[in-house]
Amino acid sequence: MALSVDRRRFLVGAGGLTLATTLPRAARAQSRPVKIGLLTVKTGPLASGGIQMEQGTIRFLKDRNYTLAGRKVELIVGDTGGNPAGTKTKIQELVERDGVDMIFGPLAAFELLAISDYAAQAKMPILSLAAAEDMTQRKPNAYFVRASGTSAQYMHPLADYAAKEMKLKRLITIADDFAFGHEQMAGFQRVFEDAGGRIVKKLWPPLVTPDYTPYIAQISGADAVVQGFAGSNPLKFMKQYQDTGLKLPVLGNGTAGDEALLKSYGDEAVGMISCSAYTGDLDTPSNKKLIDGMVKDYGNIPGLYSAGLYINGQVAEAALEKTGGKTDDREAFIRALRAVSLTDTPRGPFTFDRLGNVVGTFYIRRTERKGDKLVNTTIKSYPKVSQFWTYDEKWFLAQPVYSRDYPPLKS
Amino acid sequence: MSLWFVLAVNSITLGGLLFLLSSGFSLIFGLMKIPNLTHGSFFMLGAYLATSLIAYGLDFWTAALLGGLGVALFGGLVERFILRRLAGAELAQVLVTLGLSFMVADVCLMVWTGDPIRIATPAALRGTASVAGLGFPKYRLAISLIAVVFAAGLWALLDRTRLGAMIRAGVDDAAMARVVGIRVSRLFTIVFCLGAWLAGFAGVIGGPILSVYPGLDGEMLPLALVVVILGGSGSLLGSLVGSFVVGFLYNFGQAMFPELAYVVLFLPMLIVLVLRPQGLFGRPAV
Repeated sequence: MALSVDRRRFLVGAGGLTLATTLPRAARAQSRPVKIGLLTVKTGPLASGGIQMEQGTIRFLKDRNYTLAGRKVELIVGDTGGNPAGTKTKIQELVERDGVDMIFGPLAAFELLAISDYAAQAKMPILSLAAAEDMTQRKPNAYFVRASGTSAQYMHPLADYAAKEMKLKRLITIADDFAFGHEQMAGFQRVFEDAGGRIVKKLWPPLVTPDYTPYIAQISGADAVVQGFAGSNPLKFMKQYQDTGLKLPVLGNGTAGDEALLKSYGDEAVGMISCSAYTGDLDTPSNKKLIDGMVKDYGNIPGLYSAGLYINGQVAEAALEKTGGKTDDREAFIRALRAVSLTDTPRGPFTFDRLGNVVGTFYIRRTERKGDKLVNTTIKSYPKVSQFWTYDEKWFLAQPVYSRDYPPLKS
Repeated sequence: MSLWFVLAVNSITLGGLLFLLSSGFSLIFGLMKIPNLTHGSFFMLGAYLATSLIAYGLDFWTAALLGGLGVALFGGLVERFILRRLAGAELAQVLVTLGLSFMVADVCLMVWTGDPIRIATPAALRGTASVAGLGFPKYRLAISLIAVVFAAGLWALLDRTRLGAMIRAGVDDAAMARVVGIRVSRLFTIVFCLGAWLAGFAGVIGGPILSVYPGLDGEMLPLALVVVILGGSGSLLGSLVGSFVVGFLYNFGQAMFPELAYVVLFLPMLIVLVLRPQGLFGRPAV
């Protein structure tokens, strides 16, 4: 239902622009603003995350007064409608008509996969949160940078924590029956089994499932449950889990324990252990700035999506500073993007590996009640986590990509 | 707690919820021949309205009644000013109701944002009730009970009152009903409002289990369609039986054949459509 035509232009520095239009062509090229195209979702079921992505981007640009490395920035927002065809149309618009210098987004893996080839051909740098493993593994895109993490990158540390610190032995996993869910749980399984644990059962409810109770009823014979839902599904799952009276501890992925979702949860989420690339209680100046800005402008604390886009902004800024604000030489710009190494970000210090994926800190948090609010308290951080975890990169890449049935269950 | 017991309780709950949702759909389709694709939106809109009412301090049950009322009002306006002009034009009606469902979704997104909203279970109905040594979740039992009460009430309305007789006449033969002096168009508005109210009310009642979020409309509509096709349109008994059949198919299908969850749900619908197009309890077209 990609009916929307709402492209918003956020134009600050109109002065510079009027000046540019009056100058001859040659002079215009240098003073023209850096154009960032944001591919996001503002309609349909994915809109919640998509709107947060836009808010995070705008917050970042406001913090920098819409100026990066001395150049004015113009943000052009394209609503993909949350479907691959819409994403393709929008990126073509952004690239060919608006002439953007880089793309932030899109949100979902299937959107990213739909545009990856086109973006590579157009040599268009993409800074996305979409977690599809192979984008930075077996089918890499030379123009892709991911500062958040792959699906399984969130789950490797969680599995390590579950096995070594929580001393869990037998787990049941439950996640949406699509690539994101499959990749997460496969990654969790590999690390958990290698640490001596066993996955008893993997449950896969369809992405659209109003009532999880038939699945929850199949949970037995385990020490705990790992949920890997996305969107509004974690909320529904936790509520129904509580209603059936199950008391096993719940572990969750980044989207299940997301700060932005905490206000929608009730007490059923208290005690949930989750792992994420972003955590609200991280004490860095930029995280404080992000939280204050988000609360002031939107009345909400940031979560994965808004923080992720804020961080993308920081990555773009650092790369622009390295190239002296130039984006014309795309090869040089993408090299600069991938060479970015930051310490003061809302997710802490990180760098990129040779495939453009983040190597950074991941946080284990416990959801707790503080007054009338739920908050995540960080209980352990895993620094310098690579997408390959502790495995050898060559060995890792020689294995099939994580999927619904790979690796097979040990039992 | 045994798996089968949980599944059975849950099937009955879902059946009850689906009955509230689909009885209105069935009446509207049976009487007005309008395949109302906004019905899922009515469900979602009711739930959203209730979250606001509850935020204003109303208790759950009042919010459920008023939320339904808000949706009924909206449904009435849609019927009176749009659908009435399209009488008989089925394709136009399908398109209009489909378009409206997208519009409602967009407006809900604007008003209530994309964040999922949780509706708290009424305090008195939290936890489980122990009956014969088995723990029944109280709220889910309450939903089943509400569905039974509504089924009885609707049956009494249709079977025992003058209005019900007129509706039945309209379902059987609208043209003839008009000839004998029944104001069928007013009947249409009443039935449409009633159906919308039921859907909105069901949305609120389902809230504590499902919560409310963008896309809820699209998740519920196909279930209502399956119920009505299985049970037969315009038949209250059909809706009731269809709802519980779908409730059981959905729950047991997902537990026993998780890979084939949708096949288990939709295959019976296909078979019924092919072998008995009027549905299990519908009357064949004359």
